[in-house]
Amino acid sequence: MKLREIIEKLKLKVLTAQDKLETEVSGGYTSDLLSDVMANSREGNLWVTLQTHQNIIAVAKLKDLAGIIIVNKRQPDQETMKKAEEEKVPLLATELTSFKISGELFELMRSKD
Amino acid sequence: MLRSMRADLHIHTCLSPCADLKMSPSAIAEQAKLKEIDILGICDHNSAENVPALIKAARKFKLNVLPGMEVTSQEEVHILALFDTAEAAFKLQQVVYDHLPGENDEKAFGMQVVVNEKGEVLRFNKRLLIGASTLSVERVVETIHSFHGLAIASHIDREGFSLVSQLGFIPEHLMLDALEISPKTSLEEAKSRFQNTFPFTTFSDAHFLEEIGKACTCFYIEEGNTEEIRKALQNEEGRKIIH
Repeated sequence: MKLREIIEKLKLKVLTAQDKLETEVSGGYTSDLLSDVMANSREGNLWVTLQTHQNIIAVAKLKDLAGIIIVNKRQPDQETMKKAEEEKVPLLATELTSFKISGELFELMRSKD
Repeated sequence: MLRSMRADLHIHTCLSPCADLKMSPSAIAEQAKLKEIDILGICDHNSAENVPALIKAARKFKLNVLPGMEVTSQEEVHILALFDTAEAAFKLQQVVYDHLPGENDEKAFGMQVVVNEKGEVLRFNKRLLIGASTLSVERVVETIHSFHGLAIASHIDREGFSLVSQLGFIPEHLMLDALEISPKTSLEEAKSRFQNTFPFTTFSDAHFLEEIGKACTCFYIEEGNTEEIRKALQNEEGRKIIH
């Protein structure tokens, strides 16, 4: 499923990298430990987290993730936004919790299988 | 005169909810003397309220006490802060308290006991000291430095509450003075696992009396203060880490 379609269906707010939304999403990964994401996420995954530190951009880039969903109305700091724009990593925002957005993403992707 | 000084700069007291209630100032000082430690760092979670009692209790043992705290950032990274005076530690404590939500639940997390040098209970701290502040890791390090303290990333080899577990890797722009590895990892192992330019230290992170001195770092310095330790970490003016 294309990232753009997920963004529309889950009503995500696009914060950065508007031109990188045609990526194919391979699945999701939900975790707030960046060491765990580095070890266990897969290429093309959409990552759900509440971490807003700029290291999230480096991890997304390193693992070739499709994008990052920031949950719970959290606002990434300026440095993180700047890095995301430079590295072309889509940062997406939702007011939902990790539990709810992961559930919605799971259902949406399962319905397309 | 330069000499070797043995430092355990990461010791909790009975103020930390997760530490043993036997961690009273005089018991800690006595244990440190037994373990031949010259410099003690008192670092309770997000608070420095037992520092004055420790300074007093350590006097008769002629130990150097560095007032400190172990601050929890919003990313849940633990950072050690070490100062030369209790006043400086209290300045940091005020900033942390202003950014530390929640109230402690003694049944769930443990008691947070503020004591005098004799170990007599003065009060119970009501804040959620085990919780995370809303300060970013960068802000924590900047704040420590603004009060002229040393900022050391705690137990980076641990799977929780460490810079590496929470943030995946050490942000290169972070102005840390050193990294701490826990007693379970050897220096050689740490150096090959976490390749970077920061100096390595190892301390006990003692929550129980018998853990004090389980890991120490020896500094070749003149006095047991932060300025001398900073020089040793930077290998300046003949000061160095001996390990």
